[in-house]
Amino acid sequence: MSNTPKEQEKSNLSFEENYIDENIIADKSSRTKEFIKKFMKRKTAVAGLAVIVILVIIAIIGEYIAPYDPAAYDYDNMLAGPSAAHWFGTDHYGRDIFSRILAGTRLTLGVSLSSVIVGAALGTVLGLLAGYYGGVIEMLVMRSSDVLFSFPDILLAIAIVAILGPGIINVFIAVMVFTVPSFARIMRSSTLAVKSSLYVEVAQSLGCKDGRLLFVHIFPGTIQSLIVNFTMRIGSAIMAASSLSFLGFGANVTDPEWGAMLSQSRSYLNVAPHMVYLPGLVIFITVLAFNLFGDGLRDTLDPKIK
Amino acid sequence: MSEKLLKVKDLRTEFFSSKKSSVVAVDEVSFELEKGEIVGLVGESGCGKSVTSLSIMQLLKDTPGRVTKGEVIFEGKNLLTASKKEILNIRGGSMSMIFQEPMSSLNPSMRIDRQMIEGICLHTSLSKAEARERAAKILTQVGIPDPQRVLKNYPHQLSGGMSQRVMIAMAMSCNPQLLIADEPTTALDVTIQAQILELMKKIQKEQGMSILLITHDLGVVAEMCSRVIVMYAGKIVEEAPVEILFGNPTHPYTQGLIASVPKLGSGVKVLPSIPGSVPDLSSMPTGCRFAPRCKYASEKCRQQEPELVAVNDKQKCRCWLKQ
Amino acid sequence: MSRYFIKRLLQIIPLMLIISIFVFFFIHMIPGDPAKTLAGVEASVEEVEAIREEFGLNKPIIVQYFDYMKNLLHGDMGRSLKSNLPVTEMIASRMQYTLRLVFAGILWAPVLGIFIGVICAIYRGRALDHAGMLFAITGLSAPGFWLGLMGIEIFAVRLGWLPSAGLDTWKGYVLPSLVMGTGIMAVLARYSRSSMLETLREDYVRTARAKGQKEFIVMFSHAFKNSLIQVVTILGLQIGGLLSGSVITETIFSIPGMGRLLIDSIFYRDYPVIQGLLMIFALQYVLINLIVDMLYGVINPKIRYD
Repeated sequence: MSNTPKEQEKSNLSFEENYIDENIIADKSSRTKEFIKKFMKRKTAVAGLAVIVILVIIAIIGEYIAPYDPAAYDYDNMLAGPSAAHWFGTDHYGRDIFSRILAGTRLTLGVSLSSVIVGAALGTVLGLLAGYYGGVIEMLVMRSSDVLFSFPDILLAIAIVAILGPGIINVFIAVMVFTVPSFARIMRSSTLAVKSSLYVEVAQSLGCKDGRLLFVHIFPGTIQSLIVNFTMRIGSAIMAASSLSFLGFGANVTDPEWGAMLSQSRSYLNVAPHMVYLPGLVIFITVLAFNLFGDGLRDTLDPKIK
Repeated sequence: MSEKLLKVKDLRTEFFSSKKSSVVAVDEVSFELEKGEIVGLVGESGCGKSVTSLSIMQLLKDTPGRVTKGEVIFEGKNLLTASKKEILNIRGGSMSMIFQEPMSSLNPSMRIDRQMIEGICLHTSLSKAEARERAAKILTQVGIPDPQRVLKNYPHQLSGGMSQRVMIAMAMSCNPQLLIADEPTTALDVTIQAQILELMKKIQKEQGMSILLITHDLGVVAEMCSRVIVMYAGKIVEEAPVEILFGNPTHPYTQGLIASVPKLGSGVKVLPSIPGSVPDLSSMPTGCRFAPRCKYASEKCRQQEPELVAVNDKQKCRCWLKQ
Repeated sequence: MSRYFIKRLLQIIPLMLIISIFVFFFIHMIPGDPAKTLAGVEASVEEVEAIREEFGLNKPIIVQYFDYMKNLLHGDMGRSLKSNLPVTEMIASRMQYTLRLVFAGILWAPVLGIFIGVICAIYRGRALDHAGMLFAITGLSAPGFWLGLMGIEIFAVRLGWLPSAGLDTWKGYVLPSLVMGTGIMAVLARYSRSSMLETLREDYVRTARAKGQKEFIVMFSHAFKNSLIQVVTILGLQIGGLLSGSVITETIFSIPGMGRLLIDSIFYRDYPVIQGLLMIFALQYVLINLIVDMLYGVINPKIRYD
């Protein structure tokens, strides 16, 4: 997008640019304001956003504010329930669960976010190309995502880990691959929709080149569905990644990954139920926050649904 | 004077975007309909003519709209204060309606026979078999050659013209006193349009019912109606018998509308059009709502809104020039 | 209609072929020598060679694929590296448990989900709608393994009402079916709400009201039936999702189904079993979608009468 005045000047020279940008980014600042105003009215979505902000902060500074060393063993305090000293209790090695959750935020959010970002980027490009060019590219992309979709939900992630073997990097790859087809499909259909809209036809008839058409005119038109899907997918990525860790495929048992913490808690269900409740609650709240935020974004960006 | 079938008095319908803020889509709308009369309600899209018809039928549910003022008196009963049960009895019984999009107005997952029998059984004491017979009879009346086959069809198997015939048959199936037709031919091909209008005229003559015909097409009005009500931006601006309206339109808006209709043999190359567009409901001009587009507008027009007054014994007009 | 069914049926064959190619080649891309794994660490070179010969591992990979497919058509998926049992038999003995779980989930979740969605749509914007949607997004965000472990802790450990493992009595099905169905219930509630809202705006709903039809009948026999047609289209994806849920559920409740077998085989790197399981999971998923598509054809007159 044109940012510097010089670039703006240049784009003003071409008639089609003016014609189109009027449609897409007409009065950008007031539309952003309008959007923020509308979004702020959705209380649950704002709450979701607040939780996400807090989580991101914890991901950055979590290990420094943790009251205990998350890896320090304390054999005098094993499997202790929540108390003033250990807010969330301790685990089977006496490690402070609250500190482990704080320290694990970076790992859990990091794996999920990065895999969604990479998966979304890949899926978006594939979907744009498939929708725009059609033909063989479309067939290849769509058939491949059919295949990937034949392993529903986290079964695909499990299948990938089954092939690559356990480990946190492989979880990242698995969740990423699991993200790609959903973006490819959504981007393909919104590209098809935008492609047939009037302003793209005008640009095309004025002799706009493929690459420019694709990224300057079509991509901005699909960005709303992209943003909404992105937010929604983070929730399912956290769920998938922690499920894999729960099954024992992800992080090392010594890592404070939330799903892995839950996995170990199984053996102590009788004596230390807090080991199940609290890390699980954190996963739940995190996924809920992303889902509420995504819902709010969708309703604000696309009012016809509500 | 004959008996009034429908009296709309000072109707106001508002659309609520939240509990407090709303826009007025229809305001101060009053008119009457006599038995056996075809009255046209014309205006540009967005002028409130469809909302008026939905307000009369009480079909604003599932829209943000609500009637906030006025009376709709049908056969002596105020529909706005009537009970739900009374409304259900009138709707589809003595007052029925057909819509602009015949194809999407029929339930896609239900055969035509069930859709027709449903209405008949609601308003008569006929058995299902008898209702089916009646449905077939009415389909013949609306010019469907093989009603038995059509009755067994699903809507997607019918053409647009056929669907509108079925819609008319459904609306006619309980011998209504009043038929409200909301742009009944707009979505159809020109040749089909003429057939449907002809059909409506024929049925109206046979049954002696009244029709409130909502349209933006003055040609349709000239063809069908005895009286015309012109709406602009949610208000009635002119009301007159059809020949007077076309011969001597008094409101500048009506004049503009009539001038923009092409006439055969007039030799005019460029049709005049009304400059500007209908004002946004949320930002209505003070004063006359047409003033911003009116070539005769004076300072007074921009500041004070005129009333709808009789300019002679047959014609009413909302314009300072005529008062 | 029969043409539609035959067409859908025929589409499965190429899809399954592509899936088999994907699974086969990806599994064979894995670094490491399966023959050495099979023979054990102390095996001599001759022994490894003999095994390579026996399993056809010395042939080109394309030939291996065709051999595999030929055997597959005869119901032979090779033998487990771990137990040396035929893979087909292993899967067959496990399959019933997974199918029982899937059935336990299908029994209640879609019905409840659609019911909640429709009620929310009818009472749109009111307290009941907000409550229903909050319930749905909560169900969507709660990790299955967390729900399952909490269920065991409360109902098995603390209260002793339900067993914590196995499917021996009807009581054993309660918690697993809860874990299986919650997500689907939530997704269907959200989807059927928006689909019902869309339907309520349709012209034919207005027509039904204009006939003087009672509101209840307008809702159910006109609006609901048509919105159900849309909901059915995603039902296949969702029921397919149950298959992946079975992996987690079987792990939590120690149920010897296909999911558990997959997890165990991944840890042991028992590739013939993994390969067979992935094929069967994909086949089941494809078949479920086929059945749902057929159901769609039956309830949608546009397809039925074409």
